[in-house]
Amino acid sequence: MLKPALHDPAVLPRLALTLLALLLLWPGLTLSELNLAVLFDEQNASNMGRFLADFWPLAHDREFLQLLGQATLETLAIATAGMALALLIAIPGALLASRALSLSAVHRGGRPAWWAQALRWPVRGLLIVLRSVPEIVWALLFVRAVGLGPTAGVLAIAITYSGMLGKVYAEIFESVDPRPSRALLVAGSPRLAAFAYGVLPGAAAEMLSYTVYRWECAIRASVVMGFVGAGGLGQQIDLSMRMFAGGEVASMLLTFLALVLLADQISRLLRTRLL
Amino acid sequence: MKASPPLRTSTLLNYGLLLALLTAVVASFRYLGIDLGALFQGDSLSQMGRYAGSFLSPDFSSAHMRAIGHGALETLAMSALGTLLAALLGLLLALPAAGRCGWLAQSLARLLLNALRAIPELVWAALVVLAAGLGPNAGTLALALHTSGVLGRLFAEALENSPSEPAEAIRLGGGGHIAAFCYGTLPCIWPQLIAYSLYRWENNIRMASVLGFVGAGGLGQMLYVSLSLFQQAQAATVILAMLLLVLAVDAFSGWVRQRWVSA
Repeated sequence: MLKPALHDPAVLPRLALTLLALLLLWPGLTLSELNLAVLFDEQNASNMGRFLADFWPLAHDREFLQLLGQATLETLAIATAGMALALLIAIPGALLASRALSLSAVHRGGRPAWWAQALRWPVRGLLIVLRSVPEIVWALLFVRAVGLGPTAGVLAIAITYSGMLGKVYAEIFESVDPRPSRALLVAGSPRLAAFAYGVLPGAAAEMLSYTVYRWECAIRASVVMGFVGAGGLGQQIDLSMRMFAGGEVASMLLTFLALVLLADQISRLLRTRLL
Repeated sequence: MKASPPLRTSTLLNYGLLLALLTAVVASFRYLGIDLGALFQGDSLSQMGRYAGSFLSPDFSSAHMRAIGHGALETLAMSALGTLLAALLGLLLALPAAGRCGWLAQSLARLLLNALRAIPELVWAALVVLAAGLGPNAGTLALALHTSGVLGRLFAEALENSPSEPAEAIRLGGGGHIAAFCYGTLPCIWPQLIAYSLYRWENNIRMASVLGFVGAGGLGQMLYVSLSLFQQAQAATVILAMLLLVLAVDAFSGWVRQRWVSA
């Protein structure tokens, strides 16, 4: 008769795997100085408790609300202006990096000649570098270069997002039906005309929806960048945190959440209306 | 002669929206008072050029490289432990959020997960630095808090979509609640849990390298300190290390995905 296993038959390999994982993570514990006890340390806990108790009531005096409104508008403006500048770099970059408008590819079944690809690589490399350095690092650098304030945030968003948008646009251009643009190129039309009449009609919807999504990300990013001094809501949150003004921090965090929700709604509206 | 089609209200509305977009862009530049012309004028441009030029000679001395290696390891450790903690906390919160402990616990758990997720890692880091002091410990906790919100929601969805028959069979066979969960439900969703956790780990490595800007350890703190001390040569090396880390993580995850996920 078959005897049922009373224990997990795979207990040994499972235990061994867990032990192995723990062994690998052990040096990480010392490196990351992980120590949950700090949170329950008496003095820390009472400090933090007082800060959190300050969260209610929310700060809502007239002067503060005015400041909050200004900071929120500034955040929105940073995201919008940054995106506008990013588009100025991204669209030429995408046109240069994309294979979709290659003249040499027309006669070779969509595969450009090797030298044509080699010419595209510097542009691609530039776009990779622009988007691989996180936006907050750019913001930190620009704060040092142009001073505290929203200009650093706008430039940081413009640089990082031009890299992202440029890459995605180039891929979108390559993914649309190549036949219209190839027909135009073969018939001798200039490349920009082939782009405007052959590629753009198929690509515009996808480009628009990605751009709107990125604008939404830019709002979140501009709040975060404020923490290194690049203006907007983030800078105010950072200041209030340093002053342990719990009520102000709570109001601003709620404003941030409302802003993200609003951006989500606006981007949904734009996508359904314009597509 | 054919009459031109009447302009529909929806078309008008679309043009209105486009006009509003343009106005918004112009208004933002006006509101911020950014003078791009002044930014790129001779004096400030040459100043910026000099500043950028000082980054062109990165410091590759062995002492600095060792410090960077330590910083990179610290970043990796922060992200790995943060993600592990987040996976545990996320699973703990996903159980009530998937409706296993009644509707009250469900809505409470969902509210908590949404709040954890809605606040960005860097804001969490600034808060945790206040609570737990400077250093990588704060960064690890901040990553764990934000990521547990993200993972908790994904885990809850996986739990809701998992088949209930295996767990029911164990319950009917006389197994306890815990045995039914461990041997009935968990094996069905295990691959998903691992995939989500690895994906978040990838994001967290990128995030961990910048959390240091608010004092939460890792490469970011090195960059912040050396920029504050105007040591551009050292800062340039840190930025290069960050770039390498991000590119390596991208390449590795791309390779893993091609090798094991889309087989």
